[in-house]
Amino acid sequence: MNQLQNFTKGFIKENPVLILLLGLCPALGVSTSAINGLGMGLATTFVLVSSNLVVSLVKSFIPDKVRIPSFIVIIASFVTVVELVMQGFVPALFDQLGLFIPLIVVNCIVLGRAEAFASKNTVKSSVIDGLGMGLGFAFALTMLGAVREILGSGAIFSIKLIPGDMMLVFVLAPGAFIALGYMIALTRKFNK
Amino acid sequence: MEYIIIIISAIFVNNIVLAQFLGICPFVGVSNKISTSIGMGGAVLFVMTLATIVTWLIQTYILEALGIQFLQTIAFIVVIASLVQMVEIILKKVSPALYAALGVFLPLITTNCAVLGVAILTIQKDFNLMEGVVFAIANAVGFSLALVIFAGIREHLDLMEVPSGMRGVPIALVTAGILALAFMGFTGIV
Repeated sequence: MNQLQNFTKGFIKENPVLILLLGLCPALGVSTSAINGLGMGLATTFVLVSSNLVVSLVKSFIPDKVRIPSFIVIIASFVTVVELVMQGFVPALFDQLGLFIPLIVVNCIVLGRAEAFASKNTVKSSVIDGLGMGLGFAFALTMLGAVREILGSGAIFSIKLIPGDMMLVFVLAPGAFIALGYMIALTRKFNK
Repeated sequence: MEYIIIIISAIFVNNIVLAQFLGICPFVGVSNKISTSIGMGGAVLFVMTLATIVTWLIQTYILEALGIQFLQTIAFIVVIASLVQMVEIILKKVSPALYAALGVFLPLITTNCAVLGVAILTIQKDFNLMEGVVFAIANAVGFSLALVIFAGIREHLDLMEVPSGMRGVPIALVTAGILALAFMGFTGIV
């Protein structure tokens, strides 16, 4: 597989949220607006790229038996970095995303890529894989956020497009499930 | 009275799955049958309560005592991962029957964001140890309740004629949305 394919597979063909169904908790939890989805997606991308980089660098030093705990500690360190940086520079977004920032550590995508890809491949392709998967995740979250924002409040990236009241339910919890359900169904249809 | 508010709020008003979106993976993954849902619920109840007690003690007596709260995420995930391993080993030795019932679900729980989520929420809400335990148990009950109701619906859904593109996860998510809508009816109780 060449590097370009390696990069683009995360967007549609192996999109972590819409096809692999990983990381559904943050996808549902933070996608109340497009900007929240994008912020969360980029934070996860950073963790994915950094953890893939470090895991692929140290993979030959880690005994096989303590592989998973070591990966988790590496991931947790980068999550802490993201937490502190976001708290310092984008406090408003940090408050909006709240609990889901520390929970990146248990996001199945991050550990999944470390275990399934970075622990077996070279540094370069691991970083590209992390970047592709992370941006695919950000893409799915931003799409879901945009759909919910436009149906729920008639706006996109907080710019009001449709005047008047919309279906508030799409900004609330039930709308997250329903919008994601239809998005997965649509992706499957186009992927056939 | 305080405890009753915590319990009702965690089970119905802010249900961990349907309102807070934690633990969606097992919710979608293992909720095909009522019996497996009950097993998963039991395992979560066990681990969540233990994890909340241990992480609360670590936060209060180690992290806060030394002023190193920024290590919270790393400390908590390491503790939870080792705790799950330990519970698995002890259960295997002490109670094979319980292990047979919960064993398969235990490894899945390490990456269940509900456990870490409740541990962090307990600290964020400034609960004392007793309130934290009640909060953890109530959340686990709320998780099991959502899982069992959902499994019941999905068992019926298997017999329905669903359009081919919607089969499986999409229809399950839409169903969960309708369930979440029902749970929104509890808003304003406490």
